[in-house]
Order: sequence, then C-alpha cells, then structure tokens
Amino acid sequence: MSEVVQRSELQLAERVLGLAEAEGATEAEVLVLGGSEQLTRFANSQIHQNVAETNTQVNLRFVLGRQIGVASTNRVADESLRGLAQSAARIARLQPELEDFRGLPAARPRSEVSGAAAASTVNASPATRAEGARAVIAAADEAGVLAYGSFRTVTERIAVANSCDIRVAEERTHAQLITVCMGTDGESGYAEAAAVDVEAIDAAAIGREAAEKARASRGAQQLEPGDYPVVLEEYAVVDLLDMLGYMGFSALAVQEGRSFFEPGKRIGSELVSIWDDATDPAGTPASFDYEGVPKSRVELVDRGECRGVVYDAQTAGREGRESTGHGLPAPNPWGPFPLNQFMAAGDQDRAALIGGLERGLLVTRFHYTNPVHPKLAIVTGMTRDGVFLVEGGEIRGPVRNLRFTQSYLDALAGVEAVGRTRRLLRGFLGSAVVPAVRIGSFTFTGATEH
Amino acid sequence: MRDLAQLALDTATQQGAGYADVRVVHRAEESITVKSGRVEGVAFGESEGFGVRVLVDGAWGFASSNELNPTEANRVASDAVRIARASATALREPVRLDDRPPARGRYETPLTEDPFAIPVDDKIGDLLAADERMNSVKGIAFTESKYNAQRERKSFAASDGSETEQATTHVGAAIEVSAVDGSELQRRSYPDAGGGYGAAGYEYIRGLDLADHAEALAAEAVELLSAPQCPPGRRTIVLHPSQLYLQLHESCGHPIELDRVFGTEASYAGTSFLTTDKLEQGFQYGSELINIVADATAAGGLGTFGWDDEGVAAQSVPIVQSGRFVGYLSSRETAPRVGRQSGGAMRADGWNRIPLIRMTNVNLLPQPGMSLADIVADTDDGLLLASNRSWSIDDRRLNFQFATEVAREIKGGKVGRLLKNPTYTGITYEFWRSCDAVADASDYRMLGTPNCGKGEPGQLAHVGHGVSGARFRDVQVGVGKW
Repeated sequence: MSEVVQRSELQLAERVLGLAEAEGATEAEVLVLGGSEQLTRFANSQIHQNVAETNTQVNLRFVLGRQIGVASTNRVADESLRGLAQSAARIARLQPELEDFRGLPAARPRSEVSGAAAASTVNASPATRAEGARAVIAAADEAGVLAYGSFRTVTERIAVANSCDIRVAEERTHAQLITVCMGTDGESGYAEAAAVDVEAIDAAAIGREAAEKARASRGAQQLEPGDYPVVLEEYAVVDLLDMLGYMGFSALAVQEGRSFFEPGKRIGSELVSIWDDATDPAGTPASFDYEGVPKSRVELVDRGECRGVVYDAQTAGREGRESTGHGLPAPNPWGPFPLNQFMAAGDQDRAALIGGLERGLLVTRFHYTNPVHPKLAIVTGMTRDGVFLVEGGEIRGPVRNLRFTQSYLDALAGVEAVGRTRRLLRGFLGSAVVPAVRIGSFTFTGATEH
Repeated sequence: MRDLAQLALDTATQQGAGYADVRVVHRAEESITVKSGRVEGVAFGESEGFGVRVLVDGAWGFASSNELNPTEANRVASDAVRIARASATALREPVRLDDRPPARGRYETPLTEDPFAIPVDDKIGDLLAADERMNSVKGIAFTESKYNAQRERKSFAASDGSETEQATTHVGAAIEVSAVDGSELQRRSYPDAGGGYGAAGYEYIRGLDLADHAEALAAEAVELLSAPQCPPGRRTIVLHPSQLYLQLHESCGHPIELDRVFGTEASYAGTSFLTTDKLEQGFQYGSELINIVADATAAGGLGTFGWDDEGVAAQSVPIVQSGRFVGYLSSRETAPRVGRQSGGAMRADGWNRIPLIRMTNVNLLPQPGMSLADIVADTDDGLLLASNRSWSIDDRRLNFQFATEVAREIKGGKVGRLLKNPTYTGITYEFWRSCDAVADASDYRMLGTPNCGKGEPGQLAHVGHGVSGARFRDVQVGVGKW
C-alpha cells in the first residue's frame, strides 16, 4: 500500500516537473505533501472534537537562470497543475536575479531509514483514538480529576523531484497523545507520549501519570520568585532544545549574525551534548528534507561546546559546502531548522536527580515561552501542570506556578546532572528525544495565582 | 458548489446527523519577502476543499477533503458521521445549539485596489524601495521587508436551510531592520512587529508609506545598540498602539473565549481566569476608562465578516463596560450555557479545520479628552513603550510579560532618551485597573494579527484590534538579569 502511494506522489511530482520544463524552466523543483491527519480531543472527561483531513499540496520552485518563482496548490487536475506551472513561471520572470543562487541541490546517494512509518498509524480509526481517550478518562476518574487532551494520528507522504535528478518519496507517520488532568482545587498534571507507531502509546499509563501528578499538586502554596536549582522533567527540556534550535542552530541565524552560536564556544556543561539526527529510529525518522537532500547527523553541542549548525541548499551554497538536509519548503525566509534533535542521556535516575536538590523545584513543563533576547538566548515563560518544592532531596509539596526569565545558554551551562532515560516528544519544530536534567540555578521572576 | 454541499448535507442527515453544515472554501495567497536588498521569495498559493461538520446524538464529528466531487462528498459526510459516533462513546453532556434564523446572503470586503490585480513587480518595487532606504543607514546588520495578501471565498450551507457566500480580502506589509554589535542585537519594525494588516485592498499598503519610515527606523535600531539598558523598577508606562493591541489580544481577547472558559482548550493553550461567576458578578476587569467590544462589523478589521462559520450574523458584543466584565466571545454551543445567544465568533482556518471560538475585532474604545501626545505631555515621569518584541502569558491569562523593541523616557511631559531591552510584567486585572488614561479617537486605529494560534490541529486566525494608546501606573518594568 505505502509503496503504491509513494509512487503516486512521485509520479505527480514528475508530472509537474515536466510542466515546468515545458514552460521554459532552466531548473525546477516539485515538492508534494500528501497525507491525512486525524485528531480526537477530549475535555471535561468527554470527547468534544473529532476531526479528519486528507490533502495533497504541490509546491513548485521554478528557476529561470537566477530568477525564482514559487507557487503552490492543492488542486491536482491537469488544468490546475498547468496553471501552477504558468503562475510560477510568471512570478520568476518578474523577479530580479538572485546573485548568490547556486542552483538546486543535485541528487546524492542516500540510505533508506528504517521505521519512518507504521501501518497501525496509517490505519488508525476514530474508534482507536476514542479508546485511547477513554483509557485516559478512566485513569482521571480513578484519581477524582477531569481529563483534557488530544490523540492525534498523522500520515505524511512526501515526494520531491527536481531537474538535477532528485527523485525521492517516503511515507512517514507519527502519533501523539497529550493530557492535562485537572481538579477543582486548581491541581493539574501533564503527560505526553509520541511515537511513529500508535500502538506504542500506552494511553492508560499516560492517563495515570497525569492524574497522579494532578493529585500530587493539590493545595499548591505560593512561593517567592527568585533563583532556585531545578529539576526539569523531559517535557520542559524539550522547550530548551526547541528554542535553541529556533534561535541559534540554523546556518541562516549564524550568517545573519543573530545567533549565539560560535564554533568551539562553550555554552553548556560537560554533561550537555545535543545533535540532530533524522536517521535514528529512536526519533521520528526521515531520510530526506523538503528539498530532497539526504538527512545528515549534525553535532550541535558536544560536551558543552558548540560544534555545528544545520544547513539547507541556500545557506550551504553561500559557504561553499553541502546541505546537511535541513531545508524547509520554498520559499523559506526562515532558513534551515533542526527538526530531529537528541540530547545525550546521563547516569541519574529520577530519584537521584531530585535527591540532588537541597532546596529547589521540580518542574513538569513550561508554557508559552518566547525569546526576550535571541542573541543572549534569554527566554521568558511560565511553569505549568505541576511544580513541586524539594527540600533535602525530598518532594515537600506543590507550589503555584512561576514565571521565569532565563538565558537558556546559562541554563545549559548550569546542568549538573542528566537523567539516564529519555522520552521522544513533539516540540513546535519537530520532535526531540530528551532526558530530564538538574540545573544549579534558574531565575524565576514572577508568580501567578494558581 | 451548491450541489456538492447539498449532497454532503443529505448524506449526513440520511445517516443520522441531527444537524450538519458544510463549508466549501477556496483560498488564494500571495507573499513577497525581500531580505537585505535581495528578493528572497515570491510565492503564490491556493488551497481548496470542503469540510463537513455533523452533530449525531449530541456528539460532534468533522471530516474534510481537497477533492471536490460527488463521490468524495458522500465519503467525507459518511466519515464525519462515523467520527461523531466514535465521539459519542465518550460523551457526558450532549451538545445543544442555540436557535438562530437560517442565514442567507452575500458579503464581500470593501476595497479600492484589488491586491491580486496589482502587477507583482510593482509590489516588489515598493518593498525594494523601503529596503534600500533601510540599508542606506550605516551600522545595520540585515533588513527584511514583506508583503502578504489573502483572499478567501467561502460557501456555507447548513441542514437548517442556511446558505451564505463570502469573499474576504486581507493585505499586510512590514519592514524590519536589525543591528548587531557583539552579543547585542536590536530590531525595529514598522508599522509594528509582524506587520500592519487590514481587510482592504492595495490602497492599505500604499497608505503605510513604508519607504518614508525606513531610514528613521534603521537609525533607531543602530542607536539602540548603544542605548542604556532599561532599568528595573515600578514605573508609569504609556503604551503606543503598536504594543497596546497585543496587550489587549493576550490579556483580554483570549480569556474571553467561552470555549476556553469551559475547558476545551485546557490541554493546549489553557483556560481562563474569567470564569462564568465573574460574568454574573460584573467582575472589575479594569478601571472605569476601559470599554472593550468584540466587533465583527468594524471597518477594515481582520475579524470583520458577514456571518461566522456557524451562520451567525456579524455583530458587536460588549465585553467590558466602564471597567466591568459583561460578555464573552461565544458560539451556538457555548452561549446557551451562560443564558445567552451566540455572539457569532466561530471561525475556522480554512476548509480543513473545524470552527472554534476566535476573536473578531476586540477593540479598546477611545476616550474623549486626551490624544496620545497629550497623555505623554501629562506624564511627569514614565516610559513610552512601542512595538512588541516578545510576549508570554500564563495558562489562565493572568501573569503576563511583554518586551518591546523600544522605550523612550518621559520626563516632565517630554519624550527623552532611548532605552534598550525594555520589559514589563503584571497580573491582567491589576494592570487594566491601573489604567488612568486612554487616548482619544484622533489616535484610534485598527491593527491586528494574521497569526493568532489556537486549537489542535493548529489554526491561525486573522483578528483585529482597534486601539489608540493608554497609560498605566505602577507597573513592574526591567525584568530579569541582563
């Protein structure tokens, strides 16, 4: 089934490539994004939204020498696709030349990745997702709280064909279950699972984790903002990687001078190693990017020192090097991003991480974070869904949520212990595989009422 | 389109839907980006499809497809019913909708110059002219100028006989300039961070006069590099419209969404401190100067339309009157739960998304008395803050923190030196209660954002905010370690 589907996406891409060449393109690239997404949402322990979507989007980058036009459509009838090619050609002809355009990427040998898609996710039914929702709700019922969350299954069929002989197609899937359990006293707890294979998600376990966390957070006390050592659970750590990826691990950010990144610069403790690797089946595998370039593993931070950033064809061309396979769909003024980050595990179990806090906070996750100063990597945000005061290595009780204003680089530099297990989680820029960490000092600048 | 919609409605009702609606949507978008004198991207995109929403035994189902043909209409309608039946397996309170008359009619955004009819090279030229002026200033690191236009044609039909046709056109543009020195990076934007947007034609873009503002903007970005850091303390602040609109968006617009109040966004964006008991109490949201409406009929707003995506007619809903909280953004499902009729705020991001309660145009009404310049002149010691740089607010919309691109000191009613990296923070209702001046109609303008995120799968809404500027007392500024 999936091979047939991939072939049909690639055939569509090749068909549009032919239309572009007939319109006079000197080079052209066609990206086809097909697939389906289903999502079941629940709130107040009942399903309240349940949606499904199928779509096929065709994106054409039309090149005339050094002039480039981009057009996209989801209308795939012949007439519409001819219109797409004409539209992209018209835009290209009106453009000034891009002096630093070095051509579309050429075909390179690539290895197929394993585990990019799972049939169970492709075939997941509304009943499958409802069953997962009911399992979470049952756990919440048992703890005397209400369940809120969503269960998502996604199938992506991606094909890229260009005039430099790139012909690639792949089916990718992922599933994600998130839940917040809440009670009448303001208590709340969070849990999340992500996987390529929906059957790998244990909905009941996720429900129990969130419900237990909610129950433990009942009766939260006000705590004065200030500097505290923290243990950040994996759900919070993924935000560190997301934000650093967004602000600094992109070649474009470095080329424009807005990144904190400098090769060899120390930004983390010896315990911090971060890399991007879409070929690792522990994440959400992909063998090529949206320009059809094979995905390479990129060391971002090695034992605390900056090592590298990710490139797309454009940013790589400027430096006379090859793309690392991190391009996004054209036109892309944002540059490349690391979409498959990993952070190295350490040697501490959860009890040891918490046990190392003389007086500090255990933080479940962050909410609504935003860069205040990208070059200094200063970020503000709130804690959410479970914050606990730890004294003498023991959890003393829940505290109300706090606002932090903190340099994420200083946070990495302050990492003094790393968890030995990791979770695969979805961030806002893709997925990440992260451990929990203990950080020597984290600056909380405000408090809220819950 | 009408036949396809009717076919989907018939299939849904035959298979057990007590209510069904169909939206057939075609969206065209054009974007141009210029970076540091280089045309980085020109793109034209279109997307077309239909979505079927059904209510079966009190449970919702929704399915959508980009294939507009009878076979797919039947399949999608059947799928929506199947999904609704799965929803019903975890249902505690069946959904009930309020009554409203069937909606019928047409709506179109009024405009003078069709943005899609203006030659692309003219639009590129306008951006390049502004970009060149920014780049003429010594010391800048990089610049970005961008233009966007979107036209959405939407047909809505429901099983109660509703049929509407709407065509909305939105345009926007922005220029941004950044200066870098070592670890310091300063950015200035015009007309505000993210861009100026309106429901209009290309005349709106011409009215922004991008090139005329470019040099001064770039010079200010360079000046900020050597400006003193904004010191911490409790200060009087005056918010320019370019920041006030986002303050309004985050601390009023989102907490008044009634679906959020009832918890349906709890696992993602959060809930709201404006619980329904506060509506009954007439909670003091702000000072007596604060009057806020959600007005889907306001001229030029990104949240202006004829009917929402449930077929409820556009209207102006009072939200805060003389500081008292009096109303929500609502839907046909949520409004009856507070004893009201829908305020018409259900909006979907295209054919493949279910409608959610979204802001329309959430406007802080001007107060007669003082212009923004008069408010500054009336301020002995304070800061004038403009153009957003960063925003964050907690999951009940209480504790917020904003950074702006620029602060100017106010001393003795005069605007003085520049300060860099300004931030301010507070608790929503304490902040709005501290407002002691709102600028008059002479400074009132419609701003907004095309990127208001909500829901799962993620949806971006175009929402408007009418603001004129305002002053707040005793606000914590200068947050964090610098």
